[in-house]
Amino acid sequence: MKKLINAPDDVVTEALEGVAAAHPSLSVDVENKVITRAGGPTAGKVGLVSGGGSGHEPLHGGFVGYGMLDAACPGEVFTSPVPDQMLLATKAVNGGAGVLHVVKNYTGDVLNFQMAAELAEDEGIEVASVVTNDDVAVLDSLYTAGRRGVGATVFVEKIAGALAEEGADLSAVAAVAREVNERSRSFGVALSSCIVPAAGKPTFELGDSEVELGIGIHGEPGRTRAALSSAHELAAVALDAISADMPVSGDLLVMVNGMGGTPLIELYLMFNEVRRYLEGHGGRVARNLVGNYITSLEMQGFSVTVCQLTDGLTRLWDAPVDTPALRWGR
Amino acid sequence: MDAEVFRAWIVSVTEVIEANRDHLTQLDAAIGDADHGINLARGFTAVLGALDAAPAKSGTPGAILTLTGNTLISKVGGASGPLYGTAFRRAGKSLGDAADVDLPALSAALDAALAGVQQLGAAREGDKTMVDALAPATRAFSEAIAEGASADDALESLAEAAEAGAVATIPLQALKGRASYLGPRSVGHEDPGAVSTALILGALRDVARVRR
Repeated sequence: MKKLINAPDDVVTEALEGVAAAHPSLSVDVENKVITRAGGPTAGKVGLVSGGGSGHEPLHGGFVGYGMLDAACPGEVFTSPVPDQMLLATKAVNGGAGVLHVVKNYTGDVLNFQMAAELAEDEGIEVASVVTNDDVAVLDSLYTAGRRGVGATVFVEKIAGALAEEGADLSAVAAVAREVNERSRSFGVALSSCIVPAAGKPTFELGDSEVELGIGIHGEPGRTRAALSSAHELAAVALDAISADMPVSGDLLVMVNGMGGTPLIELYLMFNEVRRYLEGHGGRVARNLVGNYITSLEMQGFSVTVCQLTDGLTRLWDAPVDTPALRWGR
Repeated sequence: MDAEVFRAWIVSVTEVIEANRDHLTQLDAAIGDADHGINLARGFTAVLGALDAAPAKSGTPGAILTLTGNTLISKVGGASGPLYGTAFRRAGKSLGDAADVDLPALSAALDAALAGVQQLGAAREGDKTMVDALAPATRAFSEAIAEGASADDALESLAEAAEAGAVATIPLQALKGRASYLGPRSVGHEDPGAVSTALILGALRDVARVRR
């Protein structure tokens, strides 16, 4: 294992110390693993809390700041955080208007956030939860734990965060978060596996000329293995799966996301393929993100997320945001 | 069985999980996300710390299991934290304040643990989860008690049924948890949660045999 670390058990804590040092706009409780905005809660504003395993950076800590999240709870690598962290975060960001939990649909994340929401409500804080589940690679939800939450989580955090910043109430913020999730679909492809620091070796082996199709964000194998093909063909595989599930016509918000180990030049090349495909299917890429936003350690590969925009969602997407990983308009 | 037996059980579980840390993690790498052994080892190490810090040395079996469950929920994360945490908490609650636990009381506690896991995780037998070890084990245990088996024999039935249940997950396709994302590709692998459940119940058999 080649990694820039000191000891596998200290990776998350030492990275959080680095985040604290790099971003004075954040307040980082390293011991309890909670990242909040430095200014404390905004009175009367709905608080947004998300969290999940570490190893997906910049998700979620990189999205804490004006116009997006109020707090993030990082767990161990690929392991959901615990209810104690989420309760601390929820209390820290409660400005009296309630708190929205943004939860990616994985069994562990859902169970721990559920317990945290109950604890927070016992303390008199109103909590709403939105579970993202945009990954079309999980085919049959009756026979699985349900679709995974992946790229749409970034869109949900941005758009719901913008509405919360405008002073909307908890039910409205939760409703727009659900709307974004329902209008979004994702598909991921891996060219390589990744190494969980504490495990010390790759989660799966992949041949030089093989790819995994339909991966999530935890180095887990995908639905199927296939021969490596061109970017043009891989874009079609991803977007065929998405468009089989949701029309991709009209104004779209599109993210081409790197899994952590893919050079930006390849992501831009892939974005171009994605744009061409969508234009060929009656879509228009009205807004986009290209880069590493929801990653799987050093995995090579990409995911594509498509969201059907409305005028209202576009306005909220364009609203000012000021976080370590997304910043515009302010 | 008194508090000392239950305390020794938790100590033994910690040792067994630590010894199988890499094995459990490898099983999880095949169909999940390669952290099961790492997380459980971290969790039970924290449980030992909590037991040492608490006045549980003089506590009841129920208090020991409840503290174990609370600590797992606070320290583990993932799905296994809430699921195992709930299992131990429910078992602890079922035992109440009793200073000494007989076989029927232990059987009721294990049933309560299973009910808690199924309520939280919504898994049924055959879904390729820890329930596939826990459910047949609790069944075998209560049947052995009903047939008048000795404590040793009843606990042997418990542990054997759990191990057999774990092995029987190999040909199953996962319908719950992260392995379910693999669809048919989850077939041919032993479920890590079922294996850790069998290890935990095996430790109970071994400790009770030595201690009584």
